[in-house]
Amino acid sequence: MNLFKISWKNIWHKPMNTALSVVLLAFGVGIISLLLLMEEQLTSKFNRNIKDIDMVLGAKGSPMQLILANVYHVDAPTGNIKVKDAQRIINSPLIKEAIPLAYGDNYQNWRIVGTNEKYPNHYDCKIAQGQMFAAPFEATIGSNVARETGLKIGDTFISTHGFDQKAEGDEDGHHHDSPFTVKGIFEESNCAIDNLILTSVESVWMVHEHAHDEEGHHDGEGHEEGDEHHDEVAHQTETEDHDHEGHDHADEGQQDPDHEAAEHSDHDHSAEGHDHDQEGQTAEHSEDHHDASDGHNHEEEHANETDESEREMTAYLLVKRNASALMMLPNSIRDTNMQLALPAIEVNRLSQNFGLGMGTMKAIAIFIMLLSFISIFISLFNSLKERKYELALMRTMGGTRATLSRLILQEGVILVILGFALGLVLSRVGLLVLSNMLKENFHYSISNIGLTLNELVLFGITLLVGIVASLLPAVKALRMDISKTLGNG
Amino acid sequence: MISLGAKVLNNAFANLLQLRIAQRSKFVAKSKGSMLSSSKVKFSYPKGPEFVFPDISCGQSEHMLIIGESGKGKTTLLHLLAGMLKPLSGSIVIDGKDISEMSDSNLDRYRGEKVGMVFQTAHFVQSLSVEDNLLLPQFLAGVPVDKEKVRSLVDRLGLSSKLNVKPGKLSVGEQQRLAIVRAVMNNPSVIFADEPTSALDDKNANEVISLLEEQAAVSKASLIIVTHDKRLKDRFPKQVVL
Repeated sequence: MNLFKISWKNIWHKPMNTALSVVLLAFGVGIISLLLLMEEQLTSKFNRNIKDIDMVLGAKGSPMQLILANVYHVDAPTGNIKVKDAQRIINSPLIKEAIPLAYGDNYQNWRIVGTNEKYPNHYDCKIAQGQMFAAPFEATIGSNVARETGLKIGDTFISTHGFDQKAEGDEDGHHHDSPFTVKGIFEESNCAIDNLILTSVESVWMVHEHAHDEEGHHDGEGHEEGDEHHDEVAHQTETEDHDHEGHDHADEGQQDPDHEAAEHSDHDHSAEGHDHDQEGQTAEHSEDHHDASDGHNHEEEHANETDESEREMTAYLLVKRNASALMMLPNSIRDTNMQLALPAIEVNRLSQNFGLGMGTMKAIAIFIMLLSFISIFISLFNSLKERKYELALMRTMGGTRATLSRLILQEGVILVILGFALGLVLSRVGLLVLSNMLKENFHYSISNIGLTLNELVLFGITLLVGIVASLLPAVKALRMDISKTLGNG
Repeated sequence: MISLGAKVLNNAFANLLQLRIAQRSKFVAKSKGSMLSSSKVKFSYPKGPEFVFPDISCGQSEHMLIIGESGKGKTTLLHLLAGMLKPLSGSIVIDGKDISEMSDSNLDRYRGEKVGMVFQTAHFVQSLSVEDNLLLPQFLAGVPVDKEKVRSLVDRLGLSSKLNVKPGKLSVGEQQRLAIVRAVMNNPSVIFADEPTSALDDKNANEVISLLEEQAAVSKASLIIVTHDKRLKDRFPKQVVL
C-alpha cells in the first residue's frame, strides 16, 4: 500500500476518462515529437551533404533544382553545360576545388554519376571493399546500392537510360549495352554517395556516345542525306519521352550546332578508316569495347580529342578559395547558359517553405495537447466531486491535507507521463513508416530513434503544464471542509 | 459578606446543575482517567446560532449515547469532539492531549492514531479493494500495515470471500460492518459513530451495534454514538441529551 498505488487505482477506476486524456496527450506529443525528429534528421542530413560546398555550377534553370539534383541527388538535373565553358570558372584562382559530376543513366533506379576521386574524398567517404574506379566502365558503388541491389565486387551490370523511371528502360528495350564492372564498395557515410554508383566521367560520356551512335545507325542505316532528318525525329520523340530529364540527347536535339558537331565527330571517326561503326551495327558493340583493349584506347583518345570542344558535364561542385568568389564569379557567366547556385541559400529557402508546413503541424499538435490538458483538468475535477467523501474520509483516518493534494497532483502527473510515453511510441512508429516511404521514393532513410534533447525539453514543458492543470483540483482537495462533507445534511 | 454570599450561591447553582446531569444520565462516569473530555465547548456556523455544548467525559471502555432532536447540533458536537471542527472556545482532550490547540496536520495525524470513525453511510475509496480499504487507516497513520489483522477481522464477519471485491459491490449492512472494522484497525482510544444504524433494518442494526460494542471492548476504546435511533436508547445507559 502506498500513495502511488492509490493514485494508480483511482486513474483506472474511470478508464474512459483516463483513456481520453492519455490518448489526446499522446497524439499531441506524438505529432510534435515526430516533427522534431524529422526536422533534426533532415537538417543534419542536408548539412552533411553540403559539407563545405559553396557553389554549384550547372545549367540554367531552377537553382533549387540544381542543388537538389547535384548535391542531394533527389531531383532531375537542370541540363548539361559544356566543359569548355566551365573551364573559366573552375580554373579561376578564386576556386579551390571543383568536383565534376556527369549524370549518366541508372541501374535499377540507382543513379550512375561520372566523377573523379575528389568527390568521395570531399565527403571523407572511404572504400570499404575493393578499390576506386579507374578505367572506363569500372564503378565503385555506395553502401545502400550494394545492400539493396546485391551487387558485389567483380559483378557486372548494364545501365538503363534516364533517371528515376524504373521500368522505362526495360519496357522500351532502351538500355545501353556496355556493362559496368563493380570495382569497389564505399563505406556507409550517411551522405548522398551511399545511394550512388560512381564511375569515371569518361564512362558516362562513352555510354552516351554509344547511345547516340546506335540511334544514328538504326535510324539512318547509313543514308547520309536522311541522317539529319531522322535524327531530329528521333530526338524529338526522345525529348517527349524523357520530359525534363535534362538528358544530353535532348540538349543535342534542341541545339543544332551541338548536334552538327556531334555528327562531325562521327564523320571524323569513320573517315579515320576505323571499322568501329560497322561493328556497332552488328550490335556486339559493347563486347568489342569491353574486351578489346584497342577499342578502349581508341575511345579514350576519342574522348580526349573532343574534350576541349564539345564535352558536357552536368555540374561542378565548387569550393571557394576566398569569399570574393561568391561576388565575382556569378557575373562572369551572366551571358552563358550556366548558373551558379549556393547550396546554403537554397537549403535555407527549402527549409523555410518546409518550415511553414511544420509550423502549421506544430500549431495543430499544440492545440491537441491543450485539449488534453483541459481533459486532464476536467477529469480530475469531476473525479474530485465524486470522490469528496472518500477524500474526507481519508482525512479522518490520518491523511493530512498535504497527503490528499499530493494524491490528486500525482494522478495528474501519472496521466501526463502515460500520455507522453505513448506519444513517444507513436512518434517512433510514425518515423519508421515515414522512413520506409522516403526510402522507396528517395533512397533516404531516417535512422536514429533515440530520445532527443528537444524531446526532453518537450517532456519538461508537458509535465509543467500537466501539474498546472492538476493544481486547481489539488488545491480544492487541500481546502476541503471535511465536517461539511461527512455531516448528515 | 457579599462575596461569600455569591460563592455560596455559585456552589448551590453548580450542585443543582450536576444534579440535573446526574438525573438525566442514569449512569455517572466513575472512571478516573477519562479518554475523552470536553469543557465549555462553544461553536457557531457562519451566520448560524451559537451552540453551547454540555461538558462531556467518557472513560476507557465506556459507552455513551448523544441523543437529541434534529438541529440541536448532535453531529456538530461529534465533529468537534473528533477534531473535524474547531470550537470557538473551550477545550477537548483526547487521551491526555488537548486537540483544540493542535495544528491542522498534527490534528489529522493524531486523529488517525487515536480516533476511529463510523458514519451513517459507509464511504470507501471506490477504486480500492475491500482489503486495501481496510489497510488504508494504517497506511495513512504511518503505521506498518497488518494484513493478518484485516484477514482475521473480516473472517469474523464471514466476509473473507469479499476481500478482493470493490466495496461498491457489497450490501449496505456489509459495508457498515466493514466500516466498523476499518474504524478499529489502529486500536483507537475513542470510537465515534454518527447515526451508525439509522440506514439499516433491525437485523443489520443489531449486528452493527453488537460489532461496535465488541470491537470497542477489544480496543478498550470509549464509544460515543450520536443517534436518534430509538432502538439504541435502551441499550446504552449513559446518555447526553442535547
